[in-house]
Amino acid sequence: MNTPYKNLEEHNKILHQQNELKQIQKSNPTLFDIAVIRKDFPILNQTVNGNRLIYFDNAATSQKPIQVIEAIRNYYLNDNANVHRGIHTLSNRATVAFEKARERVASFINAKSSDEIIFTRGTTESINLVANSWGLKNLKPGDKILLTEMEHHSNIVPWQIVAERTGAEIVYVPITGDDGYLDLEAFERLLTPQVKIFSIVHISNSLGTINPVKELCHKAKTLGIVTLVDAAQSAGHCPIDVSEIDCDFLTFSGHKICGPTGIGVLYGKYKILETMPPYQSGGEMILNVDYYKTAFKKPPHRFEAGTPDISGPIGLHTAMDYLDSIGRDLIFEHDKILAQYAYDRLKEISGIRIFGPPMNRGGLVSFALKDIHAHDVVTVADQFGVALRGGHHCTQPLMKKLGVESTARASFYFYNTTEEADRFINVIKEIQKFFTS
Amino acid sequence: MIDELADLYQQVILDHCKHPRNFHSLGNPTCSAQGHNPLCGDQLTLYISTKDDIILDISFVGSGCCISKASASLLTEALKGKTTKEARELFDKVHKMVTTGTTDENIGKLAVFAGVHKFPSRVKCAILPWHALMAAIEGKAQTVTTENDHT
Ligand SMILES: Cc1ncc(COP(=O)(O)O)c(C=O)c1O
Repeated sequence: MNTPYKNLEEHNKILHQQNELKQIQKSNPTLFDIAVIRKDFPILNQTVNGNRLIYFDNAATSQKPIQVIEAIRNYYLNDNANVHRGIHTLSNRATVAFEKARERVASFINAKSSDEIIFTRGTTESINLVANSWGLKNLKPGDKILLTEMEHHSNIVPWQIVAERTGAEIVYVPITGDDGYLDLEAFERLLTPQVKIFSIVHISNSLGTINPVKELCHKAKTLGIVTLVDAAQSAGHCPIDVSEIDCDFLTFSGHKICGPTGIGVLYGKYKILETMPPYQSGGEMILNVDYYKTAFKKPPHRFEAGTPDISGPIGLHTAMDYLDSIGRDLIFEHDKILAQYAYDRLKEISGIRIFGPPMNRGGLVSFALKDIHAHDVVTVADQFGVALRGGHHCTQPLMKKLGVESTARASFYFYNTTEEADRFINVIKEIQKFFTS
Repeated sequence: MIDELADLYQQVILDHCKHPRNFHSLGNPTCSAQGHNPLCGDQLTLYISTKDDIILDISFVGSGCCISKASASLLTEALKGKTTKEARELFDKVHKMVTTGTTDENIGKLAVFAGVHKFPSRVKCAILPWHALMAAIEGKAQTVTTENDHT
């Protein structure tokens, strides 16, 4: 595989200069050679409605490099078989590739062992697994589930269902306002001995806020609170170290980090996974079955019932290698530079309301144009070839809190450029003209 | 590109979206219904006042995108003085038009929505007020949503 990045020192120097001179303007953040990278993403090289595609919907799902597509193709062309069952050669190959992917996930997030990695369908299923398995076993009336006001529906609804069934109560850490920070004083106040689990998004998909998950999880831990980090928007965008964060669970989806859809990850500390009952049951997850009693495998296989997605982990493995060949630290810088650039340029437009932190935001910007509905913005932007997202971004309670029905969102990845951001800004200005003139 | 856009956002639509007609509630409606499009957050309430099956007054309140607002506004204009049977017939025509682009010659001003069929993700926005209309005249109390229905 190509390693498109130049050396790290040089990049840091460039970055430094850029920050110092505060002239991120125009000068493409040359952390790595985007032109080389974009060759791996043929999908980006197309016109949509007569214009060059600008794909700014990466928070919904990322594009996949040909390396990932090839890995999946290669698996089906040469190695396809069921895992963990067969004795024949192909089955062995599939099993080895499947378990190697698990090891790769462990190293990707610095877990102690691949036994702490459970494959799921995605972040949503990962959180459902924790809520149903850990939650139903451990929560009781009087207990509290601590979430934040900026959670994705997938980190709210499973807890509501479990709360209803166990009698536990949900409490939310508030946000400070449009700037989208967590109210940390309120967090301290809400951190009581009744709280049994604290589940928080790392980078908000609606606001771009980067939450200080390490500090928050450490604080929660002093009270013995179980912690879960929703890393759906951060896993492929910045380095993740679960040993450092010291969370009990961490979840993410393959499709948002250059991997295929249908595969996700639940990391859990082995000590806690061991105590958890199965989530689903059937084949693959059993040691021994009698007609009336079954002995289950140890984690992680206890939580993987039935034939799993096999090409998914294989594709995800390649995706993780790909991201690390560029460098997640550099991807993070690139994301932040691009988001800041877009934020600053949007800010110059009158009649715009931008959500989330004014500085140090993850790679996305959500905004609302005065008197223009987000869906109209997105429809018109699409006519200019710019793929945005408009709606509530699966954070309806947050939208209500902010007092908007929906926002438009541009979200970036390492293959996006400042030139694209410029064109996006011009399109937004055109849209404003179109609807207000 | 601009042509396509002008097709979707016709001047009439832009006008009705900026200055919606009959945009208020009714004091004593014969029936009313809410429409909700969870995807966009479009939300509207339609009020109808009938006498001898004739729609004497019709109005709406709510918020949403340009297409849904203009659609509700033009709906109220089109239906004043019509019978509920005529309203049902018009629903069918509008439904056909926004999903296929086929315009009935008697559809009048509503023909401005023909371009919507080229924007599949926006069909729901245009049809939402019409679903609310059907719910209102059929006396369904529940909020209608665009979710359980492909248009
Ligand atoms: C912050 C966050 N959490 C959870 C999810 C759910 O991920 P998935 O739909 O892949 O399960 C998403 C993605 O939409 C997200 O952005």
